[in-house]
Amino acid sequence: MREQMLKYMKQDKLPHVFCPGCGNGTVMHAMFKAIDELQLDTTQILIVGGIGCSSRIATYTIFDSLHTLHGRALPFAIGAKLANPSLKVIVITGDGDASSIGGNHLIHAARRNMSLSVFIVNNYTYGMTGGQYSPTTPIGSFTATSPCGHVEQPFSITDLLVGAGAPFVARTGTFYFNEMVSLMKKALVNDSFSAIDIFTQCPTNYGRSNRLGNPFDLMKSQSDILVPKGKFEQMTEEEREGKFARGLIRDAKIPTFMDHYKACVLLTRRGVRR
Amino acid sequence: MATKSYLWQGSYATSQGACKAGVNFFAGYPITPSTEVAEVMSWELPQRGGVFIQMEDEIASITALIGASLAGAKAITATSGPGFSLMQEGLGYAKMVEAPLVIVNVMRGGPSTGLPTKPTQADFMQAKWGTHGDSPAIVVCPSSVKESYFLMIHAINLSERFRTPVIFLTDEGVAHMRERVDIDLDADVYIEPRKQPGRHSQYLTFKPDEDLVPHQARFGTGYRTVITGLYHDESGFQNTTREIAYSVQKRLIDKVDLYLDHITNVEETNLDDAELAFVSYGITSRTVQEVIHTANNPKWGALRLITLWPFDDKLIAKKLENVKTLIVPELNMGQMVRELQRLFGSEKKIIPVNRWDGELITPQELQKVAESL
Amino acid sequence: MSTYKVELFRKFCKSCQICLRICPKQVFSINERGQVIVEDDSRCIGCMQCCNLCPDFALEVTKNGD
Repeated sequence: MREQMLKYMKQDKLPHVFCPGCGNGTVMHAMFKAIDELQLDTTQILIVGGIGCSSRIATYTIFDSLHTLHGRALPFAIGAKLANPSLKVIVITGDGDASSIGGNHLIHAARRNMSLSVFIVNNYTYGMTGGQYSPTTPIGSFTATSPCGHVEQPFSITDLLVGAGAPFVARTGTFYFNEMVSLMKKALVNDSFSAIDIFTQCPTNYGRSNRLGNPFDLMKSQSDILVPKGKFEQMTEEEREGKFARGLIRDAKIPTFMDHYKACVLLTRRGVRR
Repeated sequence: MATKSYLWQGSYATSQGACKAGVNFFAGYPITPSTEVAEVMSWELPQRGGVFIQMEDEIASITALIGASLAGAKAITATSGPGFSLMQEGLGYAKMVEAPLVIVNVMRGGPSTGLPTKPTQADFMQAKWGTHGDSPAIVVCPSSVKESYFLMIHAINLSERFRTPVIFLTDEGVAHMRERVDIDLDADVYIEPRKQPGRHSQYLTFKPDEDLVPHQARFGTGYRTVITGLYHDESGFQNTTREIAYSVQKRLIDKVDLYLDHITNVEETNLDDAELAFVSYGITSRTVQEVIHTANNPKWGALRLITLWPFDDKLIAKKLENVKTLIVPELNMGQMVRELQRLFGSEKKIIPVNRWDGELITPQELQKVAESL
Repeated sequence: MSTYKVELFRKFCKSCQICLRICPKQVFSINERGQVIVEDDSRCIGCMQCCNLCPDFALEVTKNGD
């Protein structure tokens, strides 16, 4: 099994750069497992990362890889996908990368229904710069830039994506490995914009600042607030406080950007315009 | 097919040049005075099997362009001052990862929102120095509608040849001007092919050839192309050791600077016996031509830069060798003139003539300055 | 002979102890240097949770005889 996973990695670059207990490695593992089980043609996979710890995942794979600018993984991916639609484009991005500096790109990629598989590694913090607060940092928690407790309410990235019109939206956590693999497989075979918000532990920065114990305890505490979607929907507003739904949040079939664009190509070729 | 006459707008000519050069990807964001390019491309590209997309902002536009370019597309965008400022980070990235692409920047006056609808040449320096760090810059500038067509083809060829972004720096005057263009649209033009990688087993994303340009494979061809904006070794994997930082930065600059004779284009008028020369570019050189023709002074000549960057010291010094006085009209507070001052020091008398109020310098104004000497 | 063989690749392991905590059968322990070690893989029931969650690709669980 291990050998099967390692064959997707640049083995001469291992062990990877992530801290002990960081969930990025687990996300990477789940992604390789999903790709392996689907038997995807690895020469046709392009993996795009932004900037941040999790975005480094892209650089460790043997796929064509594009390690980009902070927040901009999605538009880079859009350009590549439109230029070569046969590529399977995976975007690995963090919570800050995707929903703060890249928030605009996130909602517009979702709205356009671009055929991308987007894995958002959500560890509530900017790990690479030393643990500052991000748009998903829970209110009251401590970070390098909220020494007295965070005063802002966090994003629910899945709600944001559903609001933006994303057809495939899911949420899980590193603790739910098998669920993560199964959601990733669904996202990878899907032609729609498919995003998964993955709660991931950052023991070095977020965990330590909040005295959340060792990597396992932190992972467990992040998984305990994830409630299966069906159960979450039965809960009252009060019960939902501080909790998030997990599983497949939305799975709709709607035409992709390319579907619409192909129709536009036919019109221009026939000389039809307003 | 024969030459026909058209009444074209500058931006239309630029767009047609791009299509002629085989551009098949456009991502942009509306901004005056460049929007016409996007409008033309939105109609032309789908017909040609290309992709047009209006992105959410200029940052997304330039980054989508890079993604498309690395996946094999010939990609351009069009923008203006503030949008060009937003693109600077992406522009630096494109230089670092050696992605061919062309940015049309129809200059407007700044700072900030400034003068959206008036001609200026405010971005001469931004086009070279806008992105952080030392990096290569190829910047070309047309002065007529017809030239916009051919120079755009040339700009795309340069970006492919050197694997670096090229800035097509034009101004509101040339971009919005309508002129008669006599042209054979079916005539063959030279199209620079992009380098293709050799054998898979020996492939390294950033291994340069003798000309210092790598054979980078486009995504999806099984070569395992590895791209990062960090300093990287030849495989493409991040590597920030001093040896790599030194050699990669040097190669990026050298791959352009060592081939200036492939890049630099100037147009000279009556320089052989001239003691006074007008040095200009873009819309301003049209004012200069008017002065040269009406004054008909055998001691007056002109040099028009078509390639603004790299600033070719050697060639420019040679062209202006016998000239004692330079008059440098620009629609800014004096940008190119700094390069000439650096080049010639006190060796020549250098007189800047500037307007930054959104109006053109008139031939009368310019002639008066020359005559007052 | 145990049913499962649990291997830990020292070069990859960062001793984060996730395996140790997730394992329902106390297969792992910590040595005097603070490193995670395989204490007794005869207890392993092959649930694979350690392998799955290991962020460092440092574990391999195989069924003996496979």
